[in-house]
Amino acid sequence: MAELRFAKAINQALADAMRDDPAVVLFGEDVAAAGGPFGVTRGLLDAFGPQRVLDAPISESAIVGAAVGAALCGLKPVVEIMFMDFVTLAMDQIVNQAAKARFMFGGRGGVPLVLRMPHGGGLNAGPQHSQCLEAWLAHVPGLKVVVPATAADAYGLLRSAIDDPDPVVVVEHKGLYALSETVDETLVRVPIGQGRIARAGRDATIATYGALLREALVAADRLAAEGMSCEVVDLRSVQPWDEALLRESVARTHRLVVAHEAVEAFGVGAEIAARMVEVAFDDLDAPILRVGAPFMPVPFAKSLEMAYRPGADRIVAACRRLME
Amino acid sequence: MARTSARRRNAHPALDLLDDAALERALRRMHLIRKFEEAAEQSYIRGLIHGTMHLSIGQEASAVGAVAPLRADDYILSTHRGHGHCIAKGADTKLMFAEFFGKDNGYCRGRGGSMHIADIAGGNLGANGIVGGGLPIAVGVGLSAKMRRSGQVCMVFFGDGASNEGAFHEALNLAAIWRLPVVFVCENNQYGMSMSTARSMPVANVADRAAAYAMPGQIVDGNDFLAVFEAAHAACEAARSGEGPSLVECKTYRLRGHSKSDRNLYRTKEEIESWRARDPIPRLRDTLVTVGRLSDARAAAIEAEAAAEIEAAVEFARTSPDPDPRELERDVYA
Ligand SMILES: Cc1ncc(C[n+]2csc(CCOP(=O)(O)OP(=O)(O)O)c2C)c(N)n1
Ligand SMILES: [Mg+2]
Repeated sequence: MAELRFAKAINQALADAMRDDPAVVLFGEDVAAAGGPFGVTRGLLDAFGPQRVLDAPISESAIVGAAVGAALCGLKPVVEIMFMDFVTLAMDQIVNQAAKARFMFGGRGGVPLVLRMPHGGGLNAGPQHSQCLEAWLAHVPGLKVVVPATAADAYGLLRSAIDDPDPVVVVEHKGLYALSETVDETLVRVPIGQGRIARAGRDATIATYGALLREALVAADRLAAEGMSCEVVDLRSVQPWDEALLRESVARTHRLVVAHEAVEAFGVGAEIAARMVEVAFDDLDAPILRVGAPFMPVPFAKSLEMAYRPGADRIVAACRRLME
Repeated sequence: MARTSARRRNAHPALDLLDDAALERALRRMHLIRKFEEAAEQSYIRGLIHGTMHLSIGQEASAVGAVAPLRADDYILSTHRGHGHCIAKGADTKLMFAEFFGKDNGYCRGRGGSMHIADIAGGNLGANGIVGGGLPIAVGVGLSAKMRRSGQVCMVFFGDGASNEGAFHEALNLAAIWRLPVVFVCENNQYGMSMSTARSMPVANVADRAAAYAMPGQIVDGNDFLAVFEAAHAACEAARSGEGPSLVECKTYRLRGHSKSDRNLYRTKEEIESWRARDPIPRLRDTLVTVGRLSDARAAAIEAEAAAEIEAAVEFARTSPDPDPRELERDVYA
């Protein structure tokens, strides 16, 4: 067993992938000598040289477009978008180009591209540096979207993303980067699309992903003290998501809360809830509830951001409502 | 306004365009910016403010010099490094600090913070958290002024790094073909985060890019208030008389890191020191004193007044109320 920081796990995955496959290259703003704004790519320039770790000017559309072109022709680019909010500037290349290539070309070309981007609030970074936009990307046929919650998964999902022959978006919560966990010495790949039961329980299932996993586990602890046993499912991937695992869990608990930091309306939780109603209606003893941010921009002021962000309190409240 | 003296003959031509009150105002605003930024830094260290901040210490002349030729009803659009532009346009430093502190009486009611301070009534249409985000907006502001025949000008600030965004090129092209009253002011502080312009652009000057859009691109010493003023004044006159947009590039330097987390590993101490020696504030003060437009005593009083104003602004912000979480969804309409 070893202690591993979330940011270091990503760094390790990048280093291992680059060592294993000379086609893997990194592009982004401040990723080379500066080591990335969150320190995730620190040391990689020294280890792999300026041919494989490239600083780019502030040109998100060209950065992602260049990665698409490179991916069409044999490279495996891993691009860092400094904050997920800036993905807006690269949307054409992601949505119209990368996501469509394999289908549009009749299977005769693919884009093995990885886009890493930090999302989430809690840093008082205001409306343009705090958003969780994963539902946008999950809504685009041709993109896979994963959101690790633990250091081991940050490593394992990124390795799988780099192996994948098609574009994968890896969303990382800024608040997780500095956190450490105890992990196995040998880190392994985590298949895309496979969730995991983070805590077993009988009375209700809390499905979540990313930074909200920690909040869901806190909520489950608090509810256990009240006599309610909650199962916590860490989805790990939101596109594709592990429908079979969630069905199985709900078949046992008969109640479901879906929790995420992104706004609730039109979110990942909405899709999951709708699907579970279709496939598991007979198993459900209560309406499916969602916990997400209110439908509004992320406010700057500390007092407002704290009120805005969903956390353990709101998950606890939703679970209690399920039992009424 | 023009008091001719032997000493003045070699002085800067911009001095003829500015009366004593305007010069004092410029010096006061430069001091206000410097002291605002220093107080912001201190407040951050004392845990009074949260989030990130981008200080413009060392860039005061480009903000104040560029804005000085504007009329009160002209517009500016600013950047993530925008406190200086906001003060240069005449904003109330109390309300700026209140925003920075995330208070309910701040310019944006605490919803935006440092990176989004706007003073809509004062013609500042906002700082921006998105690099290059303001550039296309400026085109529309210019279009509105042209269609209303208001004679207003829109001045948009951006960094050297922002000139590598597609938005920069699209905005210049559109402003040029529509001949809009827009002045593009590049504050070239030679880095976009850790990346130097030598690494990020194949041309030596951002102003060289103006040629692609058939607009004038002028390079000035961005640490010289008078040089910036002169170029901005000419650009504003051209815009107002229907000649269309121009680009003014101010060569300057940020004396602090990019943001609070910058460890400054990409530049040398010597480089930073060489720019500290070109501090725009003593430079303007000394020029004004030398040419006889300002007395030493008055110069000292201006600085002291600025210090007192900023001290009071911090105190105002510190003691102002936080936004009420019950009003979380205020101004949310969809
Ligand atoms: C679209 C976008 N990409 C990246 C960033 C992150 N970022 C913030 S400021 C900055 C550097 C900007 O450089 P420049 O335009 O030269 O302005 P300066 O910071 O030097 O004043 C970067 C990369 C951002 N805010 N928006
Ligand atoms: Mg710059």
